[in-house]
Amino acid sequence: MKLFTDLAGELGNILATLAAAVPFILGYVLLILLLLIIWTAVKRGLTTRRDFGSLKTVTFGDESAVNSNFAASVISVVLIFVLWGAFTGSKMLPGFLHAPGAYTGEGSFTYTATAPDGSADDATVSVIVHAVGQEVDAPGSAPGDGFAKNDGMVVAAYRSELMSWDENDEITRDDGAVITAVDGQPIAEGDPVSVGFGEVSLTRRGTLNVTPATGWQMEPIWLPPPEDVWSRLMEISTDGFRNSTLAEHLGYSLFRVIVGFVIGAMVGIPLGYAMGLSDWFRGWFDPIVEFMRPVPPLALIPLVIIWAGIGEEGKIILLFLAALWIMAIGARSGVSGVRISKVHAAYSLGASKWQIMRHVIIPNSLPEIFTAARVAMGVCWGTVVAAELVAADKGAGMMIMTASKFQNTDIVIMGIILIGVIGFGIDMLMRQAEKWLVPWKGKG
Amino acid sequence: MRFDLPNGSSVQALKDVSLELKQGELMSVLGPSGCGKTTLLNILAGFLAPTEGQTRMNGHVVNGPAAERGMVFQQGALFEWMSVRDNVSFGPRMAGQKSAQYKQTVDHLLDVVGLQDFKEKAIYELSGGMQQRVALARCLANDPDVILMDEPLGALDALTREKMQGLVLKLWKETGKTIILITHSVEEALLLGERLIVMAPRPGRIHKEYSLPFADLGVGADLREVKKHPEFNERREEILSMIWDMEEEIMGRQEAS
Repeated sequence: MKLFTDLAGELGNILATLAAAVPFILGYVLLILLLLIIWTAVKRGLTTRRDFGSLKTVTFGDESAVNSNFAASVISVVLIFVLWGAFTGSKMLPGFLHAPGAYTGEGSFTYTATAPDGSADDATVSVIVHAVGQEVDAPGSAPGDGFAKNDGMVVAAYRSELMSWDENDEITRDDGAVITAVDGQPIAEGDPVSVGFGEVSLTRRGTLNVTPATGWQMEPIWLPPPEDVWSRLMEISTDGFRNSTLAEHLGYSLFRVIVGFVIGAMVGIPLGYAMGLSDWFRGWFDPIVEFMRPVPPLALIPLVIIWAGIGEEGKIILLFLAALWIMAIGARSGVSGVRISKVHAAYSLGASKWQIMRHVIIPNSLPEIFTAARVAMGVCWGTVVAAELVAADKGAGMMIMTASKFQNTDIVIMGIILIGVIGFGIDMLMRQAEKWLVPWKGKG
Repeated sequence: MRFDLPNGSSVQALKDVSLELKQGELMSVLGPSGCGKTTLLNILAGFLAPTEGQTRMNGHVVNGPAAERGMVFQQGALFEWMSVRDNVSFGPRMAGQKSAQYKQTVDHLLDVVGLQDFKEKAIYELSGGMQQRVALARCLANDPDVILMDEPLGALDALTREKMQGLVLKLWKETGKTIILITHSVEEALLLGERLIVMAPRPGRIHKEYSLPFADLGVGADLREVKKHPEFNERREEILSMIWDMEEEIMGRQEAS
């Protein structure tokens, strides 16, 4: 029963987070629709083309009338970079597009200290808020009148700092002085007061906690601006990362994928053919393949590391297993997909079994094998990155994992982008190869 | 011919079918669906082994598919990964002939079926009618003694179909092949059958046999003229009502059971 209450609690948290995200999602959708309206208006003004598609009156529900709109794709990608830049204060964007940033610069507030005898005195605190990593001296200031003396302090943006206001005062906390107001507004523990540059709250021990406003921009440690990621890419591609060049990291990952995939295909395709052509082989391997197929390769990583260590063999065994079942099932369904009339026709034209294999079954199964190969390459690429996250001394996954340990978020994002670009490139190459090698696909 | 079903019962697909064909005969087989036409053709081709009886050809027993019996299927039996020419030359190539040996035959056949301009095209670039012409040429290139056709024109539109019927007749006369043609269309069976067999279902058997003049009349002539022949209409009505009765009977039996 505890499980269910726990899970219900977790579900509640998730729904609360989701609810908090709803306004942003709605805003994004509205932005998409707004741009659609603008685009439609622009297009109406521009084009007078009357091709077959544009003359269709029924497009809603006509799947063939829905093509990917190139302009929408371009705007969508540009918008991602604009949002990224806007919320990280990128220098590539003009300043007016930036989301409000964290407060930096000078500010001040006054506090009212009340002595045990009931007398009160005001003092001013001068604050300098500086960017993270900068060294700034505390501002000096004249002590002023009364028992409470003026103070100076520095705070880094996105951080907060405790202010021991009474260190220089004539009546200190030990003497019983307490703060009753900040900037003239009464303050109590758990009831912060907003000052010009941020927020001041009272701690349980009577000190002040100063938190400058963070604005809407992300701190670089969470999300660096695009140009930082770019310059990090340039730096790593010339200087390397962790004793290996960028080409070595990516090359090792690709090498593992290609070798694992090729071995998997070399074993899986004949296995699939055997399963498609012989009921004995199908009966023999069906339980094994059907059991191993739903096991995600990632779940095998611990076992593979125990058995084969963290060297190249282990990773290639893992990728081999990732590709093997997909290729076997693809080849099997390719063989099963041969129309019996083609086989009959070939037999009645005098072909032998071997000739049927060579001229009918293999070419007929190629489209299916290509589809399987595309899926397998995708899975292998995902698996190699995950395997490198666990244990590797070279590779794209290792790069982002190590970088994350040192909070080098720019390297993490660079790695993610490179992994995505390479995965996309692999798929494009496979599609191109498919077009070249099996032009008859889907046209039987 | 009897099939055992998974539930333990069995179906008598064909019973007491006895046929003898002479060299160069053109026979069409007609019947309601489920009368065993395709089973019969599969046995003749050697794709099925009969439970009783045997098929003999040129004095030997048929026990599997062979190049002496060519097949033309309804659709989708061409090899999409080969060009038109490679499809047609498939038989000779499998027999190990050199390109010089078969090139002339293949070119000639492609001319005969009217595909002289499409020799190097891919199969998927051709229309349905052209594809069936490739299938005919592919079968003829292998020079079989008998050609078995399983509704070869079934998937074509009416106009293309009529043209193709003329082509089949022309090829039959020119090559002198023995042809067995299975069809659903009564008109096609009348036009493309010197000999016409009407089959009846459950069990599949020969119901009636005709000897017809239309195939000879139709060679090189306008098929629409042949259809105006008074006997043509008479035969068509006769066979249609025969098949109609059989279909009614099947439906009735299914409702009763």
